Amino acid sequence: MKYLETIGKIVLLLMQTINILYRRGVLDWKMLINQMVEVGVNSLPITLLIALFTGIVIGLQTALQFARFGALSMLGGVVALTFARELAPVLTGVVVAGRVGSSFTAEIGSMKVTEQIDALRALAVHPLAYLVLPRLLSCLFMLPILVLFANIIGVMGGYWMSHIYTGIDFRTYVDSIALLLTPGDIWGGLYKAFFFGLIIALIGCYKGLNVQGGASGVGRATTQSVVVSIILIFLANCIFSALLFQS
Amino acid sequence: MHFFSFAFSKLGGDNLVRIENLEKSFQGRVILRQINLEVQAGEIMVIMGPSGCGKSTILRHLNGLLLSDGGQIYIDGRKINNLAEEEWDTLRRDIGMVFQNAALFDSLTIGENVAFPLKYHSKLSPAEQMAIVQEKLNLVGLAGKENLLPAQLSGGMQKRVSLARAIAFNPRIILYDEPTSGLDPVMSHIIDQLILKMRNQLGVTSLVVTHDMTSAFRLADKIAVLQQGEVLQIGTPEQIKNSAIPFVQQFIHGEIEEEG
Repeated sequence: MKYLETIGKIVLLLMQTINILYRRGVLDWKMLINQMVEVGVNSLPITLLIALFTGIVIGLQTALQFARFGALSMLGGVVALTFARELAPVLTGVVVAGRVGSSFTAEIGSMKVTEQIDALRALAVHPLAYLVLPRLLSCLFMLPILVLFANIIGVMGGYWMSHIYTGIDFRTYVDSIALLLTPGDIWGGLYKAFFFGLIIALIGCYKGLNVQGGASGVGRATTQSVVVSIILIFLANCIFSALLFQS
Repeated sequence: MHFFSFAFSKLGGDNLVRIENLEKSFQGRVILRQINLEVQAGEIMVIMGPSGCGKSTILRHLNGLLLSDGGQIYIDGRKINNLAEEEWDTLRRDIGMVFQNAALFDSLTIGENVAFPLKYHSKLSPAEQMAIVQEKLNLVGLAGKENLLPAQLSGGMQKRVSLARAIAFNPRIILYDEPTSGLDPVMSHIIDQLILKMRNQLGVTSLVVTHDMTSAFRLADKIAVLQQGEVLQIGTPEQIKNSAIPFVQQFIHGEIEEEG
């Protein structure tokens, strides 16, 4: 029952935030750009690093197995498919949940316990407009962009290592990508990223706005925010994969 | 100049703030019981009582940070219970609040903090906003501190910035939540002088929550003493000093333990 209530409150938070955007037009563009930099630009290095390392091991393991069956000509396509559909969105989602979702909760939670949220309301500035809306929009826009970069770097990492181990040439690798990968695969991954961005922003902000107690409450909420976001990202990924990718 | 004085239905009047039978509970625990208070325009009303007796809860009803469970609140004759959030936002521009821990936005500079309400609710240019920021900081004795961050100021200075931010829109009412708590006697005196200055120079009506006796008697036109969510006595400082109610005498002489 408690979980249902929490889900209801999170959905309500989303609806109220959208409502504010629609009714008031109070979006703070400077704040939005700051958040986009924080969510997108500042998350790019770690996202690319993780995509590169994962691409390397996926490329290596897949190449070694495909070489045994003489299927190396399919390697690029399989690595690209794996990244576009699954790995890039999930890895990026987990990285951003850990890096950005946690900071959303910690920052908003600290503001809550130091009465800064009350101060916002007392100054007639709606906390959802000032705090939640820019974070939500920046996650929705920046997650898909991060995923696009992760796709490119992951696939390149896969090529690099498989080339070293099996000598596969770049042309063969790229040709198999062109053969197997469809725009639908890339779009599917981007839809997922959009939804993961929604999860990260909503959970991060909700946990921050509902912090109870002082510093320990902020710490507890921050941990919960990351754990819940990651679980929901994996759960949503299963559902999206089953719905989007049936071939 | 009152940018948003249209928030009030009429100017002047006998009681600027009137609270009738205000009730509030949190999770089944009664915090306020049948609170009745009246504050006249330009008056400084000090609400005092032990910690946890509901003093701050009363203040938070006056600017809609909390909504009442029962009773009525009138500001300038207008009933303000059950306002929509947009209506509250209009009203809040005429009611400043100084928070117990200043509640400055720690990622913004002092200047940006004071300019914050102007940025969101006025069409003033950045230069005009800066002029108001300098005027208000000057008023609280912090001229030239615009570019510092809140963390670079002492607790007392932060409260003065909080006051400068609260008066950015020239509100008619200022709510002070424990303005002198945690401050040394010298800084408490400075804050008290500022509260008096706001009334004397700007004609602001003030509600001050405190359990600092020195401050209360220095500031108040009227004092309301609360105990366990009920108003025990309302009177002038002189009447409170000479109160026949044992709790009031014990409280002002620091002879009772706080309720926690």
